[in-house]
Amino acid sequence: MMRFRDLSFRYKIPLRATLLVLVTAVMLTAANVTREYDQLRTDLFENAESLGQVLAMTLITPMLHDDLWRAYEIISMPVQTESPASLGAETMLVLDSRKRVYTSTRPREHPIQMDLAQLGATYARLAQELDAAKLVSSRAIELPEAREFHLLMPIVFDGVPLGTLVMEYPKSIFQPRFVSIVNRAALITLLVLAILLPISWYWGRRMADPLIQLADCMSRVGDNIPAEAECRLYESRDEIGRAGTQLKLMLGALREKEALEQQIIASERLAAIGRITAGIAHEINNPLGGMLNAISTFKRHGQPEHMTTKTLPLLERGLMQIKETVAALLVEARLQSHPLTAHDLDDIQTLLQPHIVKQRVHLVWRGTLTEPAPLPSTQVRQILLNLLLNAVQAAEAGSEILCDIRREATFLQLRVSNQGQPIARDRLAHLFEPFVGATAEGHGLGLWVTYQLVQQMGGSIDVESSEGVGTVFSVVLPATEPVS
Amino acid sequence: MERRVFLKGLGAAALGVAAPALGSVNVLGNVLRIGLTPVFLDDQAAFLNRWRDYLAFKTGLQVSFVQRSSYREISEQVNAKSLDMAWMCGYPYVMDRDRLKLMAVPLHLGKPEYRSYLIARHDEGEIHGMNDLAGRVFAFSDPNSFSGSLYPRFLLHREGRNYEQFFRRSFYTWSHRKVVEAVAVGLADGGAVAGYVWETLARIRPEITARTRVVSTSPVYGFPPFVARKDVDSAVFTIVQNVFLDMRGDPEGERLLETLNLDGFVAGTPDMFDEIREMARLVDQR
Repeated sequence: MMRFRDLSFRYKIPLRATLLVLVTAVMLTAANVTREYDQLRTDLFENAESLGQVLAMTLITPMLHDDLWRAYEIISMPVQTESPASLGAETMLVLDSRKRVYTSTRPREHPIQMDLAQLGATYARLAQELDAAKLVSSRAIELPEAREFHLLMPIVFDGVPLGTLVMEYPKSIFQPRFVSIVNRAALITLLVLAILLPISWYWGRRMADPLIQLADCMSRVGDNIPAEAECRLYESRDEIGRAGTQLKLMLGALREKEALEQQIIASERLAAIGRITAGIAHEINNPLGGMLNAISTFKRHGQPEHMTTKTLPLLERGLMQIKETVAALLVEARLQSHPLTAHDLDDIQTLLQPHIVKQRVHLVWRGTLTEPAPLPSTQVRQILLNLLLNAVQAAEAGSEILCDIRREATFLQLRVSNQGQPIARDRLAHLFEPFVGATAEGHGLGLWVTYQLVQQMGGSIDVESSEGVGTVFSVVLPATEPVS
Repeated sequence: MERRVFLKGLGAAALGVAAPALGSVNVLGNVLRIGLTPVFLDDQAAFLNRWRDYLAFKTGLQVSFVQRSSYREISEQVNAKSLDMAWMCGYPYVMDRDRLKLMAVPLHLGKPEYRSYLIARHDEGEIHGMNDLAGRVFAFSDPNSFSGSLYPRFLLHREGRNYEQFFRRSFYTWSHRKVVEAVAVGLADGGAVAGYVWETLARIRPEITARTRVVSTSPVYGFPPFVARKDVDSAVFTIVQNVFLDMRGDPEGERLLETLNLDGFVAGTPDMFDEIREMARLVDQR
């Protein structure tokens, strides 16, 4: 069972509008009916009184002359001629001075000369009313138990009461009017609803849609935060618009926080790996140095037999390979080198040339250095070369590779991008770890080394890779001009 | 027959030459004034206009009908000479017989006679005669009507009763037709009405008579006659009398008689009303 409060605003708003219209219509109709009732009642009694006065005057002569038939004709005229809708009297009754029936428009029910009190309960009450006070002028009587309103009108001649005219009006006389009022009100209400419902439906949608967008967007926030493009939010300065704007800000902050967290996790992991590899490298380097020294000494001073002479170089080459690998893992910027110049950048282009030709790609080079930058040229060259070689390898034939070098006051930015297949998402998270990018052609230490070098220079390296755009590595190295 | 032809010739002469002279002598203001009473259904204005025009055309006189609310007023106006002729009940006629001349007596169902009907409501089964109306409400037509007043009073008188004590309440409606209506609506338990009026009403307004029932009928008495003052010029009297007696002779007269539910007129004799006179003498001690 669906509860009203669970309904969408799309339906709640039109339903509430309908309810409002109905309540208004009912209240207005009730007010109208009440007013009409009062008005009709006043009209009825006013009409009855003026008619009663005329009749009472006209009845004087027949009553004085005891002309019963004429009296009957006088009272039956208005009863017969008036249509039921025109607030006409239903029954008229003339009483003589002793409150007996003189004549009546319903003679069978009101036999001539019968006492008013004997005609029935209602008439007995009327007789009591007549006894209670001398009737000087007309009196309207509304007995709660009676089906009719009664108007009593004295017939007086020269101060002498001749009798009483009793006029009866059915209480249901107003019913047709009420029915017509209510019918009219219902019709108008239906018309108003017919106009208002589509409008309120439209309003409901207008009001509900931003809320629904907001709710949809918020419900999507879970394990991952929806991108800005995923949430279509209503833009305005009203409350919903403000909530939307606020949500956007919050999502932005959440996204930033998440990115930051991942970056921290990645860099912490890389730092841990760095420490482990450095430790292992040192542990290996010491015995390795000893072993290589021993081999060297043995080759120089010993008299090796034929078999040993064949084996030693094998051993030495193996140990040298270990040393190289360890050296590659243990990136250390111990080497002093000259500051980076435009010449170094040209060298890189020259070095790359054979690979570009082989892969059939175009290299677009933007920016250069106008004066030497205070950065060790060897390391920067290695970074740039590593990134460019990777880019050339990943690029498809005929595509473009962009190298953008920007020298700002406090840093040097290097951007290398290609348009090849983007890097898979799960690989992207571990991209800078050693042996991750291992292929047939390399041992997968290039990016690790690059990362280490950048880290040692206090810089940062970022990668963005997406479908259609390609992969962009961007390196920022702090390079403040020495104050001289 | 020869006499009629002669009279017709006289009528034609009066029409052509003598009319103004006649009028100046004895007809008041050159207009023949005829009083009408509710001995018939006198509430048909268009019909009365047609009848008046017919009489005017036939007599060559200007004719005017005068209607009053009671028989008495018509009788008084005849006596006061402000009316020349009148259609009145046999009862006032016999009362004023010395001053009136019988002119024409209508024929109903071929005879110059009618009856008094005692009627009651159609759904009132307990009333079979006058005695059953004791202590009830009774409607008379006019105090000077024979069928609607004198005859029922005579019935009570014959039993040694007085209507004022016999009935709980009685009243006059001043017209036969209204007696029928008073009984039909239940205002009166019984009423006395001219049989001719009840029968005619049954033809033109059957829904009214259907609510009443004829309890008993009287023997036949002289039909309410047309009378003239004795001093009305005899030539005028004869002309008018002949127009009445010859009404069946032309199509318009035929149509008027049809509406009146009459067969024609005869001259009649005063002794036709002797019984009524006797009855009046008995009941009213006159």
